Amino acid sequence: MLDLNKLTIEKAHAGLLAGDFTAVELTQSYLNAIKEKNGELNAYLEVFADALDQAKAVDEKIARKEEISILGGIPLAIKDNMLIKGRVSSSGSKILENYRAVYDATVIEKLKAKEAIFLGRTNMDEFAMGGSGENSAYGPTKNPHDLTRVPGGSSSGSAAAVGGNLALAALGSDTGGSIRQPAALCGVVGLKPTYGTVSRYGLVAMASSLDQIGPIAKTVGDAEILFNAIKGKDPNDSTSLDSSAYPKQKEKMRIGIPESYLAEGVDEEVLKNFYESVHKFRDYGYEIVDVDLSVLKYSLACYYVLMPAEASTNLARFDGLRYGNHKDGADLLGDYLKTRGTGFGPEVRRRILLGTYVLSAGYYDAYYHKANDVRHLIRQAYDKVFADVDIIVTPTSPTPAWLLGEKTADPLKMYLEDIFTVPANLTGLPAISVPSGKTSTGLPLGIQIMAPHFREDLLFSFGKRFAKL
Amino acid sequence: MIELKDIEKLASLARMEVGEEEKVKLQKDLEAILAYVSELKDAPQPEEAGAEPYLKNVLRPDTEPYLPGEFTEAILAEAPNQAEGYFKVKKIFN
Repeated sequence: MLDLNKLTIEKAHAGLLAGDFTAVELTQSYLNAIKEKNGELNAYLEVFADALDQAKAVDEKIARKEEISILGGIPLAIKDNMLIKGRVSSSGSKILENYRAVYDATVIEKLKAKEAIFLGRTNMDEFAMGGSGENSAYGPTKNPHDLTRVPGGSSSGSAAAVGGNLALAALGSDTGGSIRQPAALCGVVGLKPTYGTVSRYGLVAMASSLDQIGPIAKTVGDAEILFNAIKGKDPNDSTSLDSSAYPKQKEKMRIGIPESYLAEGVDEEVLKNFYESVHKFRDYGYEIVDVDLSVLKYSLACYYVLMPAEASTNLARFDGLRYGNHKDGADLLGDYLKTRGTGFGPEVRRRILLGTYVLSAGYYDAYYHKANDVRHLIRQAYDKVFADVDIIVTPTSPTPAWLLGEKTADPLKMYLEDIFTVPANLTGLPAISVPSGKTSTGLPLGIQIMAPHFREDLLFSFGKRFAKL
Repeated sequence: MIELKDIEKLASLARMEVGEEEKVKLQKDLEAILAYVSELKDAPQPEEAGAEPYLKNVLRPDTEPYLPGEFTEAILAEAPNQAEGYFKVKKIFN
């Protein structure tokens, strides 16, 4: 049997080409692991029955000595909010439990062209709203390192699948940390690319000025391979951009740390591990400088105005008329009230009402408009800092994985977990979470590296270097 | 201050039925969250706010239209109620 623990995309590709194993054997190994462990992890909502058929097609190609891409025959997991034509895509919600995608998301189309294997669709916080995986309508995902703890969220199933060797890599989506934070809590790598680099066509929209698709993988190199496969301007997503949209700068060998941002609310072990990581960079030869990002103290408040505002708008489409579940009321208005009243879970309802509030007459200026101004300030602050440093590093999450149920009663407490991850979404900057060690009780920790727009190359080179230090 | 009737108003604006018990919980939650995000009012104003809008509308070129009905069947197959190539909804005039 294959040792999935040590496998990477690169190694698997080499193994397939050398004939060490077939794509069918590789896929079967993952299906076996899923069969054994998914019952307790609840990482997958559905395992695709045709996974082995997909693999067989790749094996036939290899047998015919045809060229296969680096992702050919590589078994991947896909977050349940990305459309795969003909398959259910529920976004972790009851309102879409029977919805079958009418078309392929652009990222799916790209991966199909590379003949990657889709093992199944992964569990997630409903409509990507949550940081623990507990807001799924289909039950919480568990952390593969400790089944009593959360895997993080909202890409909970994708991170748990990769962290638990139930997939070689996965796609997630990140609106305020939903790729990076679960990656950190599950001990894997998670990348939120620059806003606009990856098309969101076919991604169920949450907050459109913040949403971005990205890879979750075991190594930085694997994340890079997957990112290169899915990126690119797409006529079907008018927010997608060419990477030439921003100028590139020369490396300065300087790393920024926003010290004031780390002063409060960070777990002691997280902080200790973070400074150990920073010292590794320093010992390697980087200059470490304290950078002024004091405006970040408003970032979470800014995010929790803009995100619900956009989400409440985006989720207005679920009316029970065009797709998704329908509940009958006395009249048309009754249909809306009942369909939306029963189809959405508690966190989604909370954010819809919050978004409706900040967008309503009388509050729009004080909340939504002000938050947009603050967002502008935050972007300016980062622009200034990046004139002086190559990358900015922080912990990914202020705490390691917490116990299931620990924060569900207090939504605000849960929101505070996003403190280090939301700035990348507010600014559109790329950020990666890389494993940085474990707590004394064996829970994974991650550091987050942020770079200027379209400098994913810096994230990969720093990330790979860090993994070797 | 968020009152119960505010929650009812928001739920009605959002076209979403909310139960009595949930209203009380939502009132408490929204009050705490709004108190937290209200710290935004202390944030400084950006110097040239609005001077440089970084978001702009992008429209698809008005060429190569889809054929009429090209996707109708596939899309309607997902509709809860449909008839004769249309979404079927309750009448809005009596």
